[in-house]
Amino acid sequence: MKVSIGGIGLLASGLVGWDAGREVLAGMRPYRPGVVPDPEAELLPPNERRRSSDCVRWAIQVAQEAIGRSGLDPREVPTVFASSGGEMGVFDKLCRALCLPDRMISPTLFHQSVHNTAAGYWGIATAGQQSSTALSCYDDSFAAGLLEAATVVCVEERPVLLVAYDLVVPKPLSQARPISEGFAVALVLAPSSDGWPAVIRVRLEEAHGGEAVGLEDPALERVRQDNPAARSLLLLSAAAAGGGRTVRLSLSDSQQLIVDLEPCHI
Amino acid sequence: MPDPKPMTPLTLSAYTLVTANGRGVGPVLEALRERRSGLKPCDFEDVTLKTSIGRVSGLDDFSLDHELRPFDCRNNRLAWLGLQQDGFMVAAAEAKQRYGAHRIAVVMGTSTSGILETEHAYRERDPHTDRLPGWYSPRYRYTHNMFSLGHFVRTCLGLQGPAMVISTACSSSAKVFATAARLMQAGLCDAAVVGGVDSLCLTTLYGFSALQLLSADPCRPCDEDRDGLSLGEAAGYALLEFGERVGGRGTVALLGYGESTDGYHMSHPHPEGAGAVRAIRDSLARASLRAEDIEYINLHGTATRANDSVEDKAVYSIFGARPACSSTKGWTGHTLGAAGITEAVISALCLAQGLMPGTLNCRRVDSSLKSRILRENQIGSISFAVSNIFGFGGNNCSLVLGKLP
Repeated sequence: MKVSIGGIGLLASGLVGWDAGREVLAGMRPYRPGVVPDPEAELLPPNERRRSSDCVRWAIQVAQEAIGRSGLDPREVPTVFASSGGEMGVFDKLCRALCLPDRMISPTLFHQSVHNTAAGYWGIATAGQQSSTALSCYDDSFAAGLLEAATVVCVEERPVLLVAYDLVVPKPLSQARPISEGFAVALVLAPSSDGWPAVIRVRLEEAHGGEAVGLEDPALERVRQDNPAARSLLLLSAAAAGGGRTVRLSLSDSQQLIVDLEPCHI
Repeated sequence: MPDPKPMTPLTLSAYTLVTANGRGVGPVLEALRERRSGLKPCDFEDVTLKTSIGRVSGLDDFSLDHELRPFDCRNNRLAWLGLQQDGFMVAAAEAKQRYGAHRIAVVMGTSTSGILETEHAYRERDPHTDRLPGWYSPRYRYTHNMFSLGHFVRTCLGLQGPAMVISTACSSSAKVFATAARLMQAGLCDAAVVGGVDSLCLTTLYGFSALQLLSADPCRPCDEDRDGLSLGEAAGYALLEFGERVGGRGTVALLGYGESTDGYHMSHPHPEGAGAVRAIRDSLARASLRAEDIEYINLHGTATRANDSVEDKAVYSIFGARPACSSTKGWTGHTLGAAGITEAVISALCLAQGLMPGTLNCRRVDSSLKSRILRENQIGSISFAVSNIFGFGGNNCSLVLGKLP
C-alpha cells in the first residue's frame, strides 16, 4: 500500500511539536526530557476543554498540528484514533466512585470513558461528519492504527488523520499498566498521488521471532518502550533523518508491519 | 464528496450469536418467532437499580482454564461461549486450512471489555496504601485492556493475521465489518473473523442510570410511551470470505457498509440525524443498491426518546414509509459494543428465514414516527436488509446485508 504523509503532529516529553521533535530525532539537538506544558488544544471549545481528560487534550493538540501542516479541511478527513488503554484516568475515577455506597457517577465522566472519547471530541470540535474509528492492539496499537489508516486511504481513496496516544497511567492502575510519560502523535495520510513531502509503502510480513530493532539513543529507546504510542518513534526518526529507510513495527507477535519510507523532507 | 465505490460482496460463511435469548442462532430464532423477550428484572451482582437486563445465563458456572486462564473474566467467558456455538470453531478451523493462519484477520468490537475485573479490584484496594490486590496486575492485559478480546479470540482460534479491537461505543461491532472489508479488499488477508462481545458491568449500569437513559421496565422501542433502554450482553461472530470463492445462491453476504460521525455531541444524537443519513447512504452506494431495493431495516431502536425519533427522521428521509422497520432490542436489550454483531446476525437470520420481526414491547407506535414500524412478525422472502447502529461520540455505522443471487 502506497501512502503519502502530509503532516505530522507530536507531543511528548522533550519532543514538543514536530518542528522541535524533528531536530531532536534527526540528532541535530540533544534529547532533553522535561515537563510537557498542558496542551492548548485551542480547537476545543473552552467549556469542553475545561472538562476534558488529558487524553483528549493531547490527542487534539497533535491532531490539529498535523492537520494544520497538511492544509486539509478537517471536516473532509476521516479519522483513526489508536490507544492501548484509552481513558485510564477516567476509569480510575469511575471505579473509585463505584466503590462508594451510593455509586453515583457523573454522567459526563461516564460518556468520557469510551475508547472513542478523543475521536468524538475531535469530531465535535471540527464539526466533522466523516467516519471515525477508535481501536486498540495493546503495545502495537500505533502499528494497528497505521494499518487501519493505510487501508482507508488505499481502499476508499480518502485522506485520513491517524492519531495515536497513551497518557501517564495514574495510581493504582499503574501497578498493572505502568506508563510513566504521555505520548501523542498524529499523521495525515493520503493517496500517494497528492505529491506530499513523504511517501511510505506499507506491507505485512510474518514475524520470525526477534524483536523489531529499537532506537540508538538509549533515552529515546526508553521512551519508545515505556509508551505504546511511542512505538511510532521508529517511523518518526526515519522521517526526521530524511527517509530512504525501512522501519519494522511489530503487530501482535505473529506479524510485522513493514514501512518503506522514501527519501523525504518533512 | 463523491459516492463511495461499490465493494465486493463478502459472504458470511458462518455466524453465531449468544444473547439473553439463548446460546446459538437456534434459540435466538425461536425467541424471535415466539416473541419471547430475554429481558428480566435486574439481578446483576448487588445492583439495586430498578431496570431490566438481558443477562446471559451460566457465565458464573465455569471458568477459563489452561492456557486461557489469564483471560478469565465475564467478558471473555461470554466470548468463549459464543465461539462454541453453531460450529463456528470448526468453520474457522476449515478457513485456517484453506488460507493459512496468517491470512485470516481477527477484528472484534467491544465497549467496556473486561472492566468488571477492574471494578472488583478497586473494591479490594488496601485501605492504607490504595494498592490493588496482587491477583489483578498480571491480569489487566488479558481482561480489561481493550485488546484483550481480540487477543483472546485469535488465541482460541489459532489465527495469526492482523488483529485489532475496534471500540467506538455502541457502533464497535458494526464497524468491524468495515475494517475487515478494507483489510480483505487491500489484499492483507483472505478472510476475517469479525464479531463483538460486551458484558454487564457496574460502569454501564450506573453510567446509563446517571444519564437517565435506563427504563424501569423492559425497553419499548418506538412506543409512544418509551422511556429508555434496557442493557444486555452478547457475543457474536461472523466469518467473512470473498463471495466468489464460497458463496452459493441464497447465501447471506455483506454488501455494503457506511460509517460517519455526527460531530455534534458526545451522548445526544444530531437532531436531524445528519450523520445517520450519511452512513446509510454510503452503505447503499457500496452495495450498489437504491433505497427502493431495501425491504427490511433493523433499527438501532434503543427505546430512548431521542434515538428512536432522530433515527426515524433519518430513515424516513431516505426510504420513505416503504420498507418494514423494527428494533429487536426488546428481545436482547442494548448490548452496546456487541449490538452491531447482534443485529447483523439477527438480520442475517431474517434474510435466511424470510422473517421480519415485529418490534417487541411496542404496544402503540409513537404517532410522530413516519417510518413503517412493524409491531407484529411478518413472514415473506427478503433479499436486502439494512442494519443501523449509532453510538456515543456520535459514531454511526450502517450495514447492508443481502442474499447472493
